[in-house]
Amino acid sequence: MMKSVFKLMGAILLSLTVISVYATPVDIYEFKSAENQKRALELAHSLRCPQCQNQNLIDSNSPVAKDLRLEVYQMVDAGKDYDEVIEFMTSRYGDFVLYKPRMEPKTYILWLGPIGFLVIGLLIGFFFVRKQRISQVEDQEISVEEQKELDRLLNRDEQ
Amino acid sequence: MNKRLVLFIPLILFLVMGALLYKGLFMDPKILDSALEGKPVPAFQLEQLEDSGVIITNESLKGKVSLLNVWATWCPSCKYEHPYLMRFARQKILPIYGINYRDERALAIRELNRQGDPYTKNIFDHDGRLGLDLGVYGAPESFLVDHNGIIRFRYAGPIDQRVWNETLLPMIKQLQAVAKQEGAS
Repeated sequence: MMKSVFKLMGAILLSLTVISVYATPVDIYEFKSAENQKRALELAHSLRCPQCQNQNLIDSNSPVAKDLRLEVYQMVDAGKDYDEVIEFMTSRYGDFVLYKPRMEPKTYILWLGPIGFLVIGLLIGFFFVRKQRISQVEDQEISVEEQKELDRLLNRDEQ
Repeated sequence: MNKRLVLFIPLILFLVMGALLYKGLFMDPKILDSALEGKPVPAFQLEQLEDSGVIITNESLKGKVSLLNVWATWCPSCKYEHPYLMRFARQKILPIYGINYRDERALAIRELNRQGDPYTKNIFDHDGRLGLDLGVYGAPESFLVDHNGIIRFRYAGPIDQRVWNETLLPMIKQLQAVAKQEGAS
């Protein structure tokens, strides 16, 4: 019984993976080489579709994405390098199409912000811990006379 | 006293972040900056929609402040925009050039015959190549081009009376004033 359930689940999982493999739009485009194909697909995956935001050029079915996808394929096949393709895309559609923003003054806060917050957090933590330690040390510095006085005050009511 | 104030820093940071994120809720992520503002209209050489024998190029647009309007018969928002364009065209403020984007010639001509033609000229961009070079990601989109053929402003979405009055018309007036000045000197 248990075994057949597992088998069924396995079959469902397998069919899901098969479906997801073929769920990308089918383009008829023949690359000059397998290496070009790999590079072009990687590039198209890293570029955002301006029409259906939050989908990359491969995922999207929109006509714009299809055009841009083919453009990327053709540019890669024509021997254009990564920077040339990125330049082509951003000069038309802006930095928006990049999933990974470029490092430039406008995006410093984006890239360096998290590091800044980490540093601030560490500094606060450091000062907090140090302060705690200092107050603990102060607690122990009570002299014998002071202890006697304290005991006397505490016991005064009982007498 | 100062030490007490330091304790408020996290609260202040939290409030600033909260305010920014709250503002973000009301921003439209569909509005993208155009990468082409300040750049010349990309070079093109395309047939006129009405007459395949006439070739229109980017040079044809120079000389006057003009509006480039990307439209298609398959685009519902263009139908909403159309009567407004008709009205602006009648006022003869500036030439409106249509870019018929990824469309069928016969369908587009029929549409213009039926609904009226607000365009000075129509550029037939069947393959969407000019649209791609302009960074068009949907129709309608409009580009305000100055007398030197430089794109000054891009508006994505349908133009209606409000957009025209509040955004486009003031810019058109300003660009036309500049054009007049440069033409005179």
